[in-house]
Amino acid sequence: MLRDITLGQYYPADSVIHKLDPRVKLFATLIYIVSLFCFKGVAALAVATVFLFGVIKTSKVPFKFMVKGLKAIMILMIITALFNLFLTPGEPIFSFWVLKITKEGVSSAALMAIRLTYLILGTSIMTLTTTPNQLTDGLEKAMAPLAKIGIPVHAIAMMMSIALRFIPILVEETDKIMKAQMARGADFESGNLVKKVKSMIPLLVPLFVSAFRRADDLAMAMEARCYNGGSGRTKMKPLKYEKRDRGAYVLVSGYLVLILLCRTFLPWPM
Amino acid sequence: MGIIKAKQLVHEYIRRDEDGNVESTSTALDHVDLDVQPGEFIAILGHNGSGKSTLAKHINALLAPTEGSLWVDGMDVSEEENVLPVRQTAGMVFQNPDNQIIASVVEEDVGFGPENIGIPTDEIWQRVEESLKAVGMLKYRHHSPNKLSGGQKQRVAIAGVMAMQPKCIVLDEPTAMLDPNGRKEVLRAARELNEKKGVTIILITHYMEEVVDADKVIVMDQGKVVMQGTPREIFSQVGKLKEYRLDVPQVTILADLLRQSGLNIPIGVLHREELVEAILKAAQIE
Repeated sequence: MLRDITLGQYYPADSVIHKLDPRVKLFATLIYIVSLFCFKGVAALAVATVFLFGVIKTSKVPFKFMVKGLKAIMILMIITALFNLFLTPGEPIFSFWVLKITKEGVSSAALMAIRLTYLILGTSIMTLTTTPNQLTDGLEKAMAPLAKIGIPVHAIAMMMSIALRFIPILVEETDKIMKAQMARGADFESGNLVKKVKSMIPLLVPLFVSAFRRADDLAMAMEARCYNGGSGRTKMKPLKYEKRDRGAYVLVSGYLVLILLCRTFLPWPM
Repeated sequence: MGIIKAKQLVHEYIRRDEDGNVESTSTALDHVDLDVQPGEFIAILGHNGSGKSTLAKHINALLAPTEGSLWVDGMDVSEEENVLPVRQTAGMVFQNPDNQIIASVVEEDVGFGPENIGIPTDEIWQRVEESLKAVGMLKYRHHSPNKLSGGQKQRVAIAGVMAMQPKCIVLDEPTAMLDPNGRKEVLRAARELNEKKGVTIILITHYMEEVVDADKVIVMDQGKVVMQGTPREIFSQVGKLKEYRLDVPQVTILADLLRQSGLNIPIGVLHREELVEAILKAAQIE
């Protein structure tokens, strides 16, 4: 049961968005998040909506799939919206006992809900259309300039991709140790919280020991295959910008400019 | 000079206490001499703790000799600048299939070695394809290693070493964690590389059945090379092998027992067919 876990939620499909360079997608996501928190006015909201749904449509990922991601943060969204609704001072339109709903409250609650929804949808497009490995590659390449100031960019990226590779193996191992300890009479289910946490010790200790042993083995296997850090290394799948990547950069920049223009010239009514 | 040559090779594991004082030393390799010719299929046998894995790690420059010397393709492994060329010449496959696969896609893992030694992108692809084909795993190239069986994972590991185009591959108990089918797959792959591509293979194992087809068998015990010869020569000395806590293939034991009880059977029988033939012959004479 545990081994069915898939990390990230990559949705394989054949679309332009899937084929884009991961760096473009990282950049676009960043710009999109910035735009969500600086837009003002209905016009800007319309621009953001059209952009978002346009991208969703081109990504060929079913909308149903995206909404799944929203369910997880539903509670957070409701709480945020309620706080905004009741606690924003301003012109009251409805009051009951100590609760008071203001006109400003309604608009800021609605705005917050929209922002959070768009944020989740927007970022999930990235994780749905990019494999974890592409993402790591993209991060490595995008952060390459940081290597000049002594940040071990290559090592960080290598660690991330190895961690991704070993998650399913360690999950399987946890499953095995759990069963082995249960066969020896360990009890992971009953008791209060403190007791449950304590019962994790016989699970965690062997898991850590085995993880360190694996790390040692893996390091040796990597050395045996001539690994000696990032210098002098070539890439089997190098990242290269294509025409569509440049197009995407232009499109995303255009989008940000449009949002900023709307903010300056059409800030009505927010 | 052979592709691998060891002369009076000694390795000591030194245990130190917290202050760095020597607590105890144990000798894992005790004046080992070895000479492997290019293209040979060598099997190294030995009980746990006989020093066979330590020897393997020297061939790949993962360990440096305490005394004596070892040359791989004419390069002295104790020279610092030879470490990478040596690792490229003598590839190594380890015991645990999970702990030596680095990438989460089969083809990317095979490409890891060539990436490290700076092969241009186009050639990496070509090498990856060739190596996967050589071990019969080409159709799994886009799979995740987690979905493969143990034998398949070990074949991917062999392909990963092959992609660096080594002259020699050291397999350190590659079948210890596999089921009988996986064991056969891995051995077949190793043998094919030896026959078709002329790669020197050094197979370290404690399964007797795996060594009967080797060109030469080396038996190690307590860090020393104690027996050397063709499989037939080695397995004709059943008593001696038992002394080194090694098993002998069942066929060989049966042949030995039959001979002792008076049947005219030659010494050092390795295959079942061979024994059947020998028994038939013996029966005809009587």
